[in-house]
Amino acid sequence: MRVRLQAEPFDPGAESNAFLARARGAGASVTFTGLVRSLAGDPIESMTLEHYPALAQRQLETLAGEAITRFSLIDADVIHRFGTLYPNEPIVQVMTLAPHRQAAFDGANFIMDTLKTDAPFWKKEKRAQGEVWVEAKSGDDAAAARWK
Amino acid sequence: MKVLYFAWLRERLDRDSDEIDIPASVETVADLMDFLAARDEGFALAAENRALIRAAVDEELVDHDASVRGARTVALFPPMTGG
Repeated sequence: MRVRLQAEPFDPGAESNAFLARARGAGASVTFTGLVRSLAGDPIESMTLEHYPALAQRQLETLAGEAITRFSLIDADVIHRFGTLYPNEPIVQVMTLAPHRQAAFDGANFIMDTLKTDAPFWKKEKRAQGEVWVEAKSGDDAAAARWK
Repeated sequence: MKVLYFAWLRERLDRDSDEIDIPASVETVADLMDFLAARDEGFALAAENRALIRAAVDEELVDHDASVRGARTVALFPPMTGG
């Protein structure tokens, strides 16, 4: 299990290939990549991700560990960026390895749903009009709650 | 005790931390927020909607009724929006 927080962009395909190269006895792998979204009708210039480094590292390690135990995964990795990000850049990548597909899907889903509400990152979007903190969505709470 | 602030709470307070001596009457996260609000109108305003504020004690996410006794660091912040 590897958890990496970084300011620099990462290459989603290269990360996925490196993760798959460590597969031993796995029959399934899921890679989820979250991107900076900018809508044509309401474009953002950039996004700043603030984080609480020590707690973020710890929370993501705990979540990945929980996913491995709960879904009997062979492995789970998380990469999460912080700092300034631009439209279409990857923000987060979650990768799971399991004997079969359902566990790989469920593990990735669990990590992402729980990360949204329980990992200390805060998004601020910059538009031509100024900067605004992204508000937490009640749908995210509901998504996290279904794993409890 | 060190108190850390993040995101819009940090911006509203215009500082990212405080170093404070807390009285013995402050036992929980909720008590700590009451104490901070009583000593500083800025905090009272910034954290007006107390239910929104999340907390971590010594780098562990906790509820408002968690103890802050003997804690080195308490972090206070808005709901998280990562991923």
